[in-house]
Amino acid sequence: MRNGSLLMIQDLQTHFFTGEGVVRAVDGVTLSVRPGETLGLVGESGCGKTVTALSILRLVPDPPGRIVGGTICFDGRDLLRLPEEEMRSIRGCAISMIFQEPMTSLNPVFTVGEQVAEGIRHHQKVSRREAWDRAVEVLRRVKIPDPARRAYEYPHQLSGGLRQRVMIAMALALGPRLLIADEPTTALDVTIQAQIIELLMGLQEEMQMAVILITHDLGVIAETADRVVVMYAGRVVEEASAEQLFETPLHPYTQGLLESLPKLEVGKRHRRLTAIPGVIPNLLDLPTGCKFAPRCPKVIGDCWPTEPELKEVRPGHWARCILA
Amino acid sequence: MRRYVLSRCGQAVPVLFGVTLITFLLTHVALGDPVRAMMGQRADPEVVARIRAEYGLDKPLWHRYALYMGKLLVGDLGYSYRQGRPVSETLAERLPATARLAVAAMVVALVFGMTAGIVAAVRHNTGVDLLMMTLSLLGISTPVFWLGMMLILLFAVSLGWFPISGYGDGAFGHLVLPALTLGALQAGYIARMTRSALLEVLRQEYVRTARAKGLKERVVILKHGLRNGILPILTLAGIGLGDLLVGAPLTETVFGWPGLGRLLVAAVGNRDLPVVLGATLLFALIYLGANLVVDLAYALVDPRVRLAE
Amino acid sequence: MSERARRGTGRSVRGLFSGQWQWSPGIVLGSAILLFFGLMALLSTLLAPYDPTRIPEGLQGLSLLPPRGDHWFGTDLLGRDLLSRVLYGARISLLIGIVVELVVTPIGVIIGLFAGYFGGRIDSVLMRTTDAVMAFPALVLAIALTALLEQPGLLSVIIVLTAVRWTTVARLVRVQVLSLREAEHIAAIVALGAGKGRIIFRHLLPNCLAPILVAMTFGVASNILAEAGLGFLGLGIQPPMVSWGSLLAEGAVYLTAKPWLCVFPGLAITCTVLGFHVLGDGLRDVLDPRLRS
Repeated sequence: MRNGSLLMIQDLQTHFFTGEGVVRAVDGVTLSVRPGETLGLVGESGCGKTVTALSILRLVPDPPGRIVGGTICFDGRDLLRLPEEEMRSIRGCAISMIFQEPMTSLNPVFTVGEQVAEGIRHHQKVSRREAWDRAVEVLRRVKIPDPARRAYEYPHQLSGGLRQRVMIAMALALGPRLLIADEPTTALDVTIQAQIIELLMGLQEEMQMAVILITHDLGVIAETADRVVVMYAGRVVEEASAEQLFETPLHPYTQGLLESLPKLEVGKRHRRLTAIPGVIPNLLDLPTGCKFAPRCPKVIGDCWPTEPELKEVRPGHWARCILA
Repeated sequence: MRRYVLSRCGQAVPVLFGVTLITFLLTHVALGDPVRAMMGQRADPEVVARIRAEYGLDKPLWHRYALYMGKLLVGDLGYSYRQGRPVSETLAERLPATARLAVAAMVVALVFGMTAGIVAAVRHNTGVDLLMMTLSLLGISTPVFWLGMMLILLFAVSLGWFPISGYGDGAFGHLVLPALTLGALQAGYIARMTRSALLEVLRQEYVRTARAKGLKERVVILKHGLRNGILPILTLAGIGLGDLLVGAPLTETVFGWPGLGRLLVAAVGNRDLPVVLGATLLFALIYLGANLVVDLAYALVDPRVRLAE
Repeated sequence: MSERARRGTGRSVRGLFSGQWQWSPGIVLGSAILLFFGLMALLSTLLAPYDPTRIPEGLQGLSLLPPRGDHWFGTDLLGRDLLSRVLYGARISLLIGIVVELVVTPIGVIIGLFAGYFGGRIDSVLMRTTDAVMAFPALVLAIALTALLEQPGLLSVIIVLTAVRWTTVARLVRVQVLSLREAEHIAAIVALGAGKGRIIFRHLLPNCLAPILVAMTFGVASNILAEAGLGFLGLGIQPPMVSWGSLLAEGAVYLTAKPWLCVFPGLAITCTVLGFHVLGDGLRDVLDPRLRS
């Protein structure tokens, strides 16, 4: 779509082959990220955002999943065609990922310091001592108090917020150019959420890193993202800069998402929350035509037969809707 | 950890009492009637008199239990009918042979079982997996002593690689077949357990994190996966020792191995009840001891237990 | 169990099966194997080419023959056809295996239910007892108990195996009850004023049925192996009755010279036990995949 991008995903297709049929978790997703940019990836659970992220690092569990088509260009190379060994050298080093649930994503039987140092040792081939020292440094950078001592602790001894900081430390230890953060704050208390986001944004700026921030929380997106991509049923339905998206959302789904945010408005205390009617679609049983049609408040007859294309309705603002 | 250790040891005590109580009751049932005891043997009158005195047959039950426990604590298990020697002496004599066999069998079981389990888990749902699981299923289904006999037929008779039976004064060659036999059953259980434990662990999210760090797959499986999966296997090893002890009498009989198991069987044949009960008690104590050790090892290996106050 | 409770249980068991009966490969294969052996056992009187216990005349010519045309499995020392003896042995071995399990299960279930439901001292006492019994390696205890009973024989085998095996079921049921006790639907029944008996038998028990059934299948397998072990040591059933274990005992002497006497009975045991294990695995997969351990 555009040049100068750090990562360019084109027409990615990741399917899951289950006993009940083929689930097209990611069905033709195209997006790109520029160096240093924060891209927000938004959608309800099951829309394919996590699978897209996993596909970038080729961590999709196989079986039952498989990347069946598309290209992912990073640094001029197609990640999907790389031999596994080269892919491994990219993981944790040039591209890192942090996950939603820090308790289960950290190994309970190793110390926190060891888990951070492990990646350092592996990629940079330094001694244990050296790796440990660097690990402590990174822990300090993510603002864990008394890092030298805490490095000897185990995940279960830390609070949720600290654990997530450890995950971030693990991911950033080697100075990646791209960080994928999959719902980094969803499992945390509200007060901690803000701290973690602040930390991430601060580090991003320090390290000149690009970030793909996956979340269903539009509030976080509003504060942090430069560009936003909205996904539904495995496809991109809208893409725009953060301002464009929040001011003039084009796709009815995006509009619905924004509508359903509780708002504090003076003088309108009893406004009911507007939820998007219906449920997320069963990926085994999608309608032909626009996938959002069954729930769309603006649906018309032409929505049903064929799926709309993703069109650039305004400069830099794309939407997959015939009404946009 | 201290609390865990203490609590575990504390749990063991009542069980220990229970075990001795059961053995005592069995002894009481068996030897309670001196007439029966005499009639059952062409026994040396001296031995009979000694038994009378020892078991204080006119005293109340709880008193006798106390006496029994007292004797146990000093290691006095009575005298063998057949040989007139102290039972504890006989047991001590036979224990090393069984211990050797049990250890060797456990090694066999762990090595073969864990390897098969790991391979099966990694090559999950492929032909190799099926093969490993079928083999382990066979291992579980085969009667221990029959397996021993078949191994003898194959390796000792047809191929002549190993001696048919006997201890051979501790020569290694004599240990191989019995150890393989006794270990095969356990290997089957361990293989199945390793496979499912590893599969369970490999589904965990921290494995995904490890991969996301770009670590080699082998490291991911062995370091991250196994280190967590080892915990249930450890438990199984403890229980497995119990199963090994179960198989001991049979295996030792087949191979003419001079251990506790064979002693037990022979004593039953001779109706040498003190030996029977003494050996039975010893087996139970060994099993309890092994389980306790395993539980304590758990505390060392799992930091969640180790660091809990 | 009261009539009402029994009816209640029956409905639940049917409910367990009716909706979700799936023929997993394990169940199919296991059932097929067992059906085969079961039929062999039941029809042994018809199928056996020779009388397994009668000693034929003209002994010399018939003793210890290797497998051949008119004696597929060969003959033993007394000229008796081994195939017939193996078929007859199936009857006793399977009988013991199943009967012991049928006796052990109710005992274990009652103990487990009481221990799990009442908790407290009752639980402690019952569990310490169970632990103490389980501390003895099963066969060792079985051997010791046999020594105490005057004469080994069919009855002694059944008694001894029962005394040793009830612990597994009791433990299993207790664990189930403990976790169920806190379940919401139980709390709801209690809140509606159900009495203890009703709760235990009508509500807790049916939920345990799945693992009990699986355990029983594996239990029969264990029993058959145990009987074989006891028989091999001469502590099982006695002649003229025939079981696979006793056949192995007879054949052991001739292991090196006339191996077929051991091979066939042992194969029969292995295949039958295998069948029960496969069936058990299959049942477990269908009834509750989470039980896979």
